[in-house]
Amino acid sequence: MAMKRTSIKRRRFLGMGLTAGAAGSLVSCGRTGGGAYWRFFTAAEARTVDAICEQIIPQDDSPGASEAGVVRFIDLQLTRHFRKHREAYRRGVAGVEAAARERSHKSFADLPPDQQEEVLRQVQEKDSEFFALVRVHTMQGYYGDPRHGGNRDEAGWRMLGLPSPPVRGRLPYEKKAG
Amino acid sequence: MALKHVNAVIVGSGAGGGVVAKELAAAGLSVVLLERGRFQSAADCRKDDLRNQRTTVLGNGFGPDDSRNPRVLVGEDGSERVVAASESGYSNNAACVGGGTFSYGAMAWRFMEQDFRMRSIYGAVEGSTLEDWPVGYGDLEPYYDKAEWEMGVSGDVSADPFKAPRRRPLPMPPLPPNREYELLHPAARRLGLHPFDIPMLRNTVPYNGRGPCMRCRWCVGFACEVDARTGTHNTVIPQALATGNCELRTGCMAREIVLDGSGRARGVVYFDADDRRQQQTADLIIVAGGAVESARLLLNSTSRLFPTGLGNRHDWVGRNLQGHTYSGAAGLFDFDTYDDLGPGAQIAVCDYVHGNPGLAGGAMLANEFIRLPYQFVGYVPAYVPPWGAAHKEFMRRAFKRTVVVMGPTQEMPVFDARVQADPKVTDYWGIPVARLSGGRHPHSIEIARFMAEKADAWVKEAGARRTWRRPPGRGLSAGQHQAGTCRMGDDPKTSVVDKYCRLHDVDNVYVIDASVHVTNGGFNPVLTILAIAYYASDNLVKAWKGIRGRA
Repeated sequence: MAMKRTSIKRRRFLGMGLTAGAAGSLVSCGRTGGGAYWRFFTAAEARTVDAICEQIIPQDDSPGASEAGVVRFIDLQLTRHFRKHREAYRRGVAGVEAAARERSHKSFADLPPDQQEEVLRQVQEKDSEFFALVRVHTMQGYYGDPRHGGNRDEAGWRMLGLPSPPVRGRLPYEKKAG
Repeated sequence: MALKHVNAVIVGSGAGGGVVAKELAAAGLSVVLLERGRFQSAADCRKDDLRNQRTTVLGNGFGPDDSRNPRVLVGEDGSERVVAASESGYSNNAACVGGGTFSYGAMAWRFMEQDFRMRSIYGAVEGSTLEDWPVGYGDLEPYYDKAEWEMGVSGDVSADPFKAPRRRPLPMPPLPPNREYELLHPAARRLGLHPFDIPMLRNTVPYNGRGPCMRCRWCVGFACEVDARTGTHNTVIPQALATGNCELRTGCMAREIVLDGSGRARGVVYFDADDRRQQQTADLIIVAGGAVESARLLLNSTSRLFPTGLGNRHDWVGRNLQGHTYSGAAGLFDFDTYDDLGPGAQIAVCDYVHGNPGLAGGAMLANEFIRLPYQFVGYVPAYVPPWGAAHKEFMRRAFKRTVVVMGPTQEMPVFDARVQADPKVTDYWGIPVARLSGGRHPHSIEIARFMAEKADAWVKEAGARRTWRRPPGRGLSAGQHQAGTCRMGDDPKTSVVDKYCRLHDVDNVYVIDASVHVTNGGFNPVLTILAIAYYASDNLVKAWKGIRGRA
């Protein structure tokens, strides 16, 4: 149970041992440490959304959506500008879970990647509205500004070979205010 | 307590209102400039790629805010929905001092001579209210010149053989070429086109006390961090305030224009920054809120004399809403074309603005502004899967190797593309909101498809291994280039204002913004809005002095 795909990757990312035994809150173990807190999602929902995002932008030579913390972006924005999408997420995530369990009696996050992809293709057809929403939010969380909770360590920008925003023409004390 | 009476009250501080404020204040009139947004400056540059004026995923960077300013959008099937200001379909421009000029891309085009005579050149187009302007290019040339030199335009249009006659070159040189320019310039020449440097309201050398562009990648949609980009907020509005004759009031939402017993306008009722209802009386009322909000204000100004809205006796206010139908093409290269130099858009051709066989117009074509990572997601072609490993791989491979050429097709005005005051939905202040309905003319889309073909050929010639078209949109068109809703004309039955931008029906109310455009040119419209504002102000001041002289 503890040896999921995400757990291996997360452990590699954080260094061995740091997250051992913290299976229940794997995705919530951000770089900033701290406990498992989510603003909108339940821990189980967060785990599912994290796995969906990782399918949309998977890890290869560079970090995927999971390592880039995209689910944090979505969770945070669901308490801000994305409030109107709360119901869509609650319902959509439940739909993905149901499709996964129907397929192989497992939670979506526990399926092997190829089966996750199959389930998502199903969802893309059956609930295209929800899928389009998660897809575009994943892109925003991965390629958008880290200040909004995603794109951890500018993973998305580094993948494209783009240097960080230079801050020119401002006084040093203003840089911190960002 | 009643507010002190002034000579002129101006509603809106964008391209039109800013210029009028300065011209009237400099001529000695007392002016109040009302702006519903805030005053922002270079220090407000946040480089936020998800919240700015072009990418509004997390809200508008420079207003209006989502909670107070809904609009109603009517689909082509008659369905209605309420949209927030940052949602698509809202046709937002901006709400801040400077209006759109605070965060725009700043292309500073003169329209061509033909753009003022579309009906004479192309004849009647079925289903369109295509018409000539009551003024010609020659009338506006001195004011185009004034806008270019007073505000400051850089670029070099000398290599454009299609340009209308002009008295002198632009005051500032263009930026040094970026890599896209170096690829597209020889390619255009090989195709027999006439490429040149885009005119921009952007300092390339110190001008007007502000420094030059530092070429960052946060340009269109963002505040300019070094204040090199020129808008009314950092030119004419500070000049107007410096005269001592102009008062700028921000956070003020106009409710309606009220009349006196004789049918002349008495003043503007508005809600101030503390939501108190105020009435500013004035001798002259200038409406400059942009094509949607200007029409809305007139339509909401109902009275016994004008039960359907001020100046709307013949049902023309709010009609002919138009923008530009953008289309173009992108191409993938085998080598890096991205050099991280803003603003990115630098090279254009005007070979296809007019004279396209079988088509009533066309567009200028130019390379697109520099693209930020999230924006580039929107440029991924349809042949790439929309998600998964292949999508990511395309992003990685193509982000620095893609060149995009786009053009704003001049639209055929449609009578039923319109702004109305919604009968049910009101905003935060209880004012009926703008209700947008109608679609765009099929011929506009036809022309835009032709433009995409031409853009495709240009990108291919520049060496793209694979190209894909960026097809024109459908549905109602307005957006940041919104225009046309208070048409200028000689006949009061088929237009709203006369050729001096004065309402046919009320002799002390003027509309001075893109609302008066009869047609919107195959170009970004801002320099024309500025020129019209200088032109209308000039006539207004002359008329004013005449009145005063007699008194």
